[in-house]
Amino acid sequence: MIETLFSAAFFGQMLRITVPYMLAALGGTISERSGVINIALEGKLLVGAFCAALGAYYTDSVFVGAVAGVGGGLAVGALYALVVVRFRADQIVAGVAINLLALGLTRFLLKLAFDSTANSPPIESLASNVAAAPLFWVACVLAPAVHAVLMYSPFGLRLRAVGEHPEAAATAGVSVVRVRWAAVLIAGALAGLGGAWLALGSGGFVAEMSGGRGYVALTAVIMGKWRPLAATLASLSFGFAEAFQLNLQTAGVGVPSELVQMLPYVLTMVALTGFIGRSRPPGALGKPYQ
Amino acid sequence: MKREAYIVVVALLVAMAAGSVLILAFGQSPAQVYGMLMAHTWGDSYGLGQVLFKATPLVFTGLAVALAFRVGLFNIGVEGQMMVGAFATALVGASLPDGTPWVIAIVLAIGAGAVAGGALGAIPGYLRARFGAHEVINTIMLNFIAGALVLWAGRTWFFVEESTHTQTVIESARIPSLGMSGSAANLSCFLALIAAAGVWYFFERTRRGHEWRAVGESPLAAETAGIRIGRSITWAMAASGALAGAVGANFVLGYKHYFEEGIGRGMGFMGIAVALVGRNHPVGIVGAALLFGTLSQGGFAVNELVPKELVDVLQAVIILAVAATSAEVRRLATR
Repeated sequence: MIETLFSAAFFGQMLRITVPYMLAALGGTISERSGVINIALEGKLLVGAFCAALGAYYTDSVFVGAVAGVGGGLAVGALYALVVVRFRADQIVAGVAINLLALGLTRFLLKLAFDSTANSPPIESLASNVAAAPLFWVACVLAPAVHAVLMYSPFGLRLRAVGEHPEAAATAGVSVVRVRWAAVLIAGALAGLGGAWLALGSGGFVAEMSGGRGYVALTAVIMGKWRPLAATLASLSFGFAEAFQLNLQTAGVGVPSELVQMLPYVLTMVALTGFIGRSRPPGALGKPYQ
Repeated sequence: MKREAYIVVVALLVAMAAGSVLILAFGQSPAQVYGMLMAHTWGDSYGLGQVLFKATPLVFTGLAVALAFRVGLFNIGVEGQMMVGAFATALVGASLPDGTPWVIAIVLAIGAGAVAGGALGAIPGYLRARFGAHEVINTIMLNFIAGALVLWAGRTWFFVEESTHTQTVIESARIPSLGMSGSAANLSCFLALIAAAGVWYFFERTRRGHEWRAVGESPLAAETAGIRIGRSITWAMAASGALAGAVGANFVLGYKHYFEEGIGRGMGFMGIAVALVGRNHPVGIVGAALLFGTLSQGGFAVNELVPKELVDVLQAVIILAVAATSAEVRRLATR
């Protein structure tokens, strides 16, 4: 067992599981730092995965698939931003609705595009060796890039100001609405790319393939205390736990998978309760502006 | 009241327009699909029975969300509380001795569900009251945790060999069917109405109800008036969870007679929609539950023309449109 933990195969498996968590968590962090709760990550992952499968199927190109995934995530992000930023709807209600919409719409379109209720036909998929997939390296660069933009760029400063105290930011001449639109769209693009990774990684789209990963990403955002690099680390730890569990299963060691899958959720509750240091959400999180 | 009706009508029109695009993309006529949806739900006795059957749990989950909401809490954990409750109802219903009088059997089985759901609801309530931990995230987390625990417990101990369901409940714990051409409708729909009336009475006519409303509307003022906020929050979440947990009366005691993996799935999340569209008022909630129940059943009715997932899209668009327009209307009204 110990050997497998240090094998390249295990490492690859862990990274493969981590990537969609990380991308969605990075998006979620940006969105939440601007003051917009992102329960809709799940829906963005799902639509991203579907669009990626669609793009890759018709062009036989992983690259086009990834771009289509980003496009799908952007589209969902735009709808979400329209409802919560433009119309100031309750962000939690809207997020839940977006996830329901993504679930129904992808199944409907699956029937329409591929005449199937369960999955798309096989598509061009990522190399089985994670390190050989360019998309993996894109994801690796994105984590420090998001950190740099959020913490050191003027845009990042404005975004954080908008999330902490929108009225003050507005007084200083920042357009709260525009910054939040940008944040939600970026979150959509990142989660869409995460969805693309899911579909391209498993060689096709399967109905409901996001399987709660958006919510796990949301927990990574909280565990990371709304900081991109820490959220990445949280995603990695979830990836590790899941890969470990899968290996235990193949080795026939009896740890119930249901209990291991609970782990991120239990940890998040503990973190929220304040047992792992102080964790404070952005000041204006969840509050519509004006 | 007029404004509320206007919002729902606008939302329905937006949803029908979005649905029409999908129907046309599938090469069918929207008029025919919507006509068929109505004809096979409100147009015949089987369809109507199915609508009642699907609306019943939505009344419970909608009331659960609305109750918490009126105390200023957002209970997204209804899905998990409902599942734990239905599981408990099925286990108690199956373990009672044969020949238990039906009043005792049904009360015990539903009571077990309410207690289980209530206990699960009390956790995020307590964490909120004691540590200030946000109940939204905690209830989402508990949905997953409860789902995993129920599956694990079921697979390890309770599911019938080689199956994904528990043993059937005893004869006298079963809630009689309403018939209606073989539909799943059963007498538990009257329990839903009683629950709605109970919630109304509680908030409008009892002292505790007024206290809880005060906590929801202005916690500071409530505290100044001597109301113990923390305790109200914990108990309100427990009451909300109990309403959600009682839902097993419908699909466990009234229809399947056992708990099955995935039973009632989505009804908890739909409860958020029902509370939203029903404006958190018991009468509105019953109406909204009938609307969403009609759509759920309508999906099966139109499945031969278009994929039944069409109605999932309709439901989601209704929620988005109601959420968006009500915020906008509120803003215009307070200007």
